[in-house]
Amino acid sequence: MRLPVLLAALVAVATCTETFVGHQVLRVVPQSDEELQKVQELQDLEHLQLDFWLAPRGLGLPVDIRVPFRSLQAVKAHLEATGVSYSIMIKDVQALLDEEQREMLRSSRQLTLDTNTFNYEAYHTIDEIYNFIDLLVAENPNLVSKLEIGRSTENRPLYVLKFSTGGTNRPAIWIDTGIHSREWVTQASGVWFAKKIVEDHANNEGVASILETVDIFLEIVTNPDGFAYTHTKNRLWRKTRSKHSGAICVGVDPNRNWDAGFGDAGASGNSCSETYHGPYPNSEPEVKSIVDFVKSHGNIKAFISIHSYSQLLLYPYGYTETPVPNQQELHELSAKAVAALSSLYGTKYKYGSIITTIYRASGSTVDWTYNQGIKYSFTFELRDTGRYGFLLPASQIVPTAEETWLALKVIMEHARDNSY
Amino acid sequence: ELPPSHFSAARAAAVAVGYLRYLRGGPGRGLELRELRRARRQDISDVGHKYYLELELEDVSDKDRTVNCTAEVLYHLGNKTSAPDVQVTVQGELRSTEEADKQFYNWIRSLEKELVAENIPDSHGNVPPELEPIHLLAWVASGYVIWQNSTENTKFHLAQVKHVKQVKRSDEDLQFDFVVLLHEMVSQEVLPWEVTLLWHPQRGARVSQ
Repeated sequence: MRLPVLLAALVAVATCTETFVGHQVLRVVPQSDEELQKVQELQDLEHLQLDFWLAPRGLGLPVDIRVPFRSLQAVKAHLEATGVSYSIMIKDVQALLDEEQREMLRSSRQLTLDTNTFNYEAYHTIDEIYNFIDLLVAENPNLVSKLEIGRSTENRPLYVLKFSTGGTNRPAIWIDTGIHSREWVTQASGVWFAKKIVEDHANNEGVASILETVDIFLEIVTNPDGFAYTHTKNRLWRKTRSKHSGAICVGVDPNRNWDAGFGDAGASGNSCSETYHGPYPNSEPEVKSIVDFVKSHGNIKAFISIHSYSQLLLYPYGYTETPVPNQQELHELSAKAVAALSSLYGTKYKYGSIITTIYRASGSTVDWTYNQGIKYSFTFELRDTGRYGFLLPASQIVPTAEETWLALKVIMEHARDNSY
Repeated sequence: ELPPSHFSAARAAAVAVGYLRYLRGGPGRGLELRELRRARRQDISDVGHKYYLELELEDVSDKDRTVNCTAEVLYHLGNKTSAPDVQVTVQGELRSTEEADKQFYNWIRSLEKELVAENIPDSHGNVPPELEPIHLLAWVASGYVIWQNSTENTKFHLAQVKHVKQVKRSDEDLQFDFVVLLHEMVSQEVLPWEVTLLWHPQRGARVSQ
């Protein structure tokens, strides 16, 4: 009983000033009066700074003593000199405290119980996001369903949320976040978008009118293997975690792996590069699953892939300088979307085609979706412009999601109103 | 004339900002590009490409305050080992950081143990307030590296300060040995770079070679 309480008290102290590095907790069970006396003698030796967790009470009853590192030798010698046996209950008190601290931190990140108490203003782990997804579906079974469209290289499920008020194969809008795992504000925004859609529907405002005739598909953790890696090993990991035969390094850039200008200038054939296109188009299950989904759905009208950072709204192409046929329309729509975004917090965005605004990029997502006939294909690069870059403070998650949502609504409404 | 949304204008602007941070940045002053207003490009035969830029900057410590400046960035033709020539003219005055600089200087000088820190910002974008001046000095140091290593095909940003170690000196300068991670936008690579920065409240910053 006392152990956890005492440990907790020590934790409180340890977090302030004291350290218990090297301290040990010894247990003595005196079997004779002589042994009991020897142990009691220790209590009088104040200079040893002993801390009796269980004081001597009688024969056969354990005596637990926390011994500071510098007194260990003296105490053990005292006990051994008279043949009093002891055991080492805790080899290093500080190590135990550290582990306890870690455990406390881990458990305080308990999985939330409902989407109203979920903390949208913090970055979350993949487990927390997958738990959020299940909660959202459970709370809104008539609007939201979870689809597993495939599995990642490391066999993590690839989940897409479907928001639908009914109908059969209605025209649909696709949004994905987190295809590049280090772009943490995007997955976090995706979580916020999911909740926002549900709220709008419940309050019959915002996208509720869109949902009357159009479905929304949202893939929040589009690259789960990469995302897990950013939490455990390398915060700045971008690619998938696949290892193809013949490749020296791990990972393929999922935004160079699509079948649009695949392998052309604007991607790398070197597996160690951050823009490695992979051995062939759709080699990555994270990409193939979306390709299969889009093709079999057949009725997606707008496709929006979300990245960070740079504050840009981009449309195809990245692999060629040839403008898309409806370039004028996309340019004007971008202007409207960006104006809506800026209206909230004054955040400035630039817009244009990928190749003129950011760089040449081949095999990119929206070039492929555009060539499939999805006229309204866009890529966002969210906040910021380099001050924090990928390491955007969590306090900016909600403002970023809020302003981006306004731009998304402009695009969604346009797609709904210009059916094709 | 270039549309300000064109990537080549943005890359030149990043060089100008890096250069300006090196020249005018400090523990109390971090300049950030708020907007690229105008950009012009001139191809000078046998010399290189010269960009004329109009920039609006903000001081991150005082975000309501903006300052306009003009910059010229000349990328030399062919010669990959030569840094671009940059000139920046700031219109008006930059806010004085004398008080903050003095406080920072005295704080560091008063430390018994040399300052060591890592991962600024951390994974969640946090920078402990007392380390913000160090963060801004990393901008100064990386500003130099960015200026020296940029070409028309690169765009660098400081992704993270991986490690910083103060080194006590016998003279009056403060010395910080940084390992910075630079994110290069075109290749998307994250490149570690070691850079040593010397700083003094009156004399300013210089990268030690």
